[in-house]
Amino acid sequence: MDRDPEGRRAFLRGAVVSGAAAMTTTLPATAAAQPAAGKAAASAPAAPGYVFLSPEEGAFIEAVVDHMIPADSLTAKGTDLGLHTYIDRALASGWGKGERLYRQGPWKQGTGNQGYQLPMTPSELYRAAIPAANAACVKAYGKTFDKITPEQREAFLVGMQQGKVTLENGPPVRTFFGMLYQNVMEGMFADPIYGGNRDKAGWKLVNFPGVIATNQQNIDKFRDRKMPTNPLGIADIS
Amino acid sequence: MAARKLKEVDAVIIGLGWTGGILAKELSEAGLKVVALERGKMTTTDADFQLQQVRDELRYVQRQEMMQDASRDTVTMRNTPKQDALPVRRLGSFLPGEAVGGSGLHWSGGTWRWSDNEFKVRSLYEQRYGAKFISSEMSDLRDWGITYAEMERYYDKFEYVAAVSGKAGNLKGKVQPGGNPFEGPRAREYPLPPLKSVLSSQLFAEAATKAGYHPFPRPAANASRAYTNPDGATFGGCQYCGFCQRFGCEANAKASPHITVVPAAMKSPNFELRTHSWVTQILKDPSAKRVTGVLYTNLLTGEELEQPASMVVLATFTMNNTHLMLLSGIGQPYDPATQTGVIGRNYCYETRTGANLFFEGRSFNRFISAGGTNWVIDDFNANWNFDRGPHGFVGGYIVSAGHNTNLPIGNRPVPGGTPAWGTAWKEALAKWSDSSMGITSSGGSMPHRYNYLDLDPTYKNAFNQPLLRMTFDFKENEHRMNAHAAQVVNELAKSLNATRMSSANGKPQSWTVVPYLSTHNGGGTPMGTDPKTSAVNPFLQSWDAHNLFVMGANVFPHNGAYQPTGLVGALAYRTADIIKSRYMKNPGPLVSA
Ligand SMILES: Cc1cc2nc3c(=O)[nH]c(=O)nc-3n(C[C@H](O)[C@H](O)[C@H](O)COP(=O)(O)OP(=O)(O)OC[C@H]3O[C@@H](n4cnc5c(N)ncnc54)[C@H](O)[C@@H]3O)c2cc1C
Ligand code: SF4
Repeated sequence: MDRDPEGRRAFLRGAVVSGAAAMTTTLPATAAAQPAAGKAAASAPAAPGYVFLSPEEGAFIEAVVDHMIPADSLTAKGTDLGLHTYIDRALASGWGKGERLYRQGPWKQGTGNQGYQLPMTPSELYRAAIPAANAACVKAYGKTFDKITPEQREAFLVGMQQGKVTLENGPPVRTFFGMLYQNVMEGMFADPIYGGNRDKAGWKLVNFPGVIATNQQNIDKFRDRKMPTNPLGIADIS
Repeated sequence: MAARKLKEVDAVIIGLGWTGGILAKELSEAGLKVVALERGKMTTTDADFQLQQVRDELRYVQRQEMMQDASRDTVTMRNTPKQDALPVRRLGSFLPGEAVGGSGLHWSGGTWRWSDNEFKVRSLYEQRYGAKFISSEMSDLRDWGITYAEMERYYDKFEYVAAVSGKAGNLKGKVQPGGNPFEGPRAREYPLPPLKSVLSSQLFAEAATKAGYHPFPRPAANASRAYTNPDGATFGGCQYCGFCQRFGCEANAKASPHITVVPAAMKSPNFELRTHSWVTQILKDPSAKRVTGVLYTNLLTGEELEQPASMVVLATFTMNNTHLMLLSGIGQPYDPATQTGVIGRNYCYETRTGANLFFEGRSFNRFISAGGTNWVIDDFNANWNFDRGPHGFVGGYIVSAGHNTNLPIGNRPVPGGTPAWGTAWKEALAKWSDSSMGITSSGGSMPHRYNYLDLDPTYKNAFNQPLLRMTFDFKENEHRMNAHAAQVVNELAKSLNATRMSSANGKPQSWTVVPYLSTHNGGGTPMGTDPKTSAVNPFLQSWDAHNLFVMGANVFPHNGAYQPTGLVGALAYRTADIIKSRYMKNPGPLVSA
């Protein structure tokens, strides 16, 4: 797994390198019994590089995920968990392109109770919002989001969350922030097959056992006692 | 181009979820030539719900893979008639299903017997509190025209088909220890013993007992052990997999139409299922007060077809059922200005609040759960001794606790005041998320003059038909009920002496399309004994076309505190029974208007 930030950045800047071949997959004991041969590649994290994000967008997202999920004693940092890759893949997926989203006009902003009312798909929203967010950053701090200090990043993200930052000529800031935050959480806790939650770091953080869930015995055995977990993901049992 | 006309059949069933499945089996076994038209695809456990795909929260919860595709058809919503309704562009508050099995594929399985408190709601409250107790805005509150005693055998039927696990609280009039003492008398025990409880439900049960309430395990259609139902469908024992609500069940432990009534219907040579078949209209013959069949589109080819039928069963879930009635011009649409008309009337939803508790050092293992691992109290619902007088509301609420499908993307409990990201957030998550439990109330929702469904004047679905428009908000009755529920929830919560707690909110709330609330939508084609205010008679037969039977919770004149499907299923069996015993011999109105 590519853990070297410089090397990773080089990948992300568009070098066409397949990372999958270099990755090894260790199947935990319980899954090894299942017929898994021949599908090992599926269990490797998504290849680096962006499908959707432009360099500016990539730098913004990397800075966001590394700020929200910093490296500490609990987990590695967001980019090392693949959260930027998760977001890129999500935006390139059917969801990012507006699958299951009713997209006919007329368009009105509506009340808060009426939910998402923008004419944009998620990927269009990101595309419109990131330059506007960076412009707001430049206005406030003289630099784009990826170049400002951690304190400034914190203040800026809180400002977006609370609707105090304005995205000039851009989408409503809280709508964008809400989606961004949700996607960071998805990257952190969705199955690693989607590119984030690398090494199941998010699952380990909350003691989530993953996809194997035959708990008829465990329900009594671990009453009021933490169940030890070694989470398995989809790829581990494919 | 005119629709290609097919050969007439005896019965066409629109939608093959719980109610469609029940009617499909019963009518084809009775010898009728039955065609079911389902807009979604076929479903089997082997093809659709196996490891490794099935346990994928992102796919099934966040991306809503098994739900109605809002890009093709959705509803518009507003809180009051003065607002502009806007489309629910991404489903949120409720999640109807779209495949063979319907919402029955991904429900939790909570299965209840609604009591005479609901069916006789107007007469009971008037007798006890006087007619003034019910506000004029709630004038559509009514007796349903059915009784618990009539429904008992049909509840029983559904429970035995659906492998409901529970403990009887009242056997033939004798209150039983361990069950719900407020339920109506049942002829026999549940088919299966209750599911195992989890720590959170235990703590709740202890607190509730201490407070003088009567906790019991939630009856649920999650088989507590291997089971074969009366139709020969086999169930595995529940694995407490924690992926219950919104997921298919890998173990065939959760009752779903796709493993019960649908395969049973398919055994009959009289039954034909057509998937990917979207019904756009029920065709009527106005002079004769009959429907003549349906118009549908084959979604795989785009071809439009007409399926003539001697009888039509509408079984497409609450909103779609009401929508199709409006699109087909059957029954007069409801107009809140004059309070005339019946289709779209009495639309009701659900009233909820809850508290979150955090116990330092405890492990709930919240990922181990089933749809029915909760415990419940019914002291403020089916208990008619609970005096609503001083609190000024009609209806009731249940209170429950115990984890049910708490997965890590969507369920990340941390105490109030925790930052939303960063190291401090991670620390709080690691420390508290599995040391937390909730206590929740779910209450009824009463009809209100300005809560209704009609056709949207602006927005269209993929077939260029107007969307259904939902005008709904919680009203005074719900606010009062919620205030009372919050107080009870908070008192119970406090008695557990948690390290940290976020209290239940008892303030008036307004309905919003995000986040998820429940898929317990009711009303829209209410049943009743007066054709002026009801769309169907108590046998669920349309007053306007005697060969049209309308299934689903849309026939509820109000919504109770219980989850709907126990009653929805029982009513479907009752309709099947009356069709077989009376209607087939002598087609015509079963109740004279
Ligand atoms: C997440 C979730 C959890 C739930 N948990 C519970 C619970 O614990 N307890 C409980 O009592 N209830 C629960 N419910 C509700 C329960 O699933 C429904 O009450 C029940 O499935 C209703 O049965 P039905 O036959 O009316 O509709 P469904 O089972 O939804 O079936 C309707 C079918 O009609 C099809 N259809 C719709 N429109 C058309 C059309 N135009 N043409 C052709 N076909 C069409 C749909 O695709 C679908 O297959 C839950 C629901 C959800 C979504
Ligand atoms: S909790 Fe039980 S019934 Fe629900 S999906 Fe898992 S095994 Fe099936």
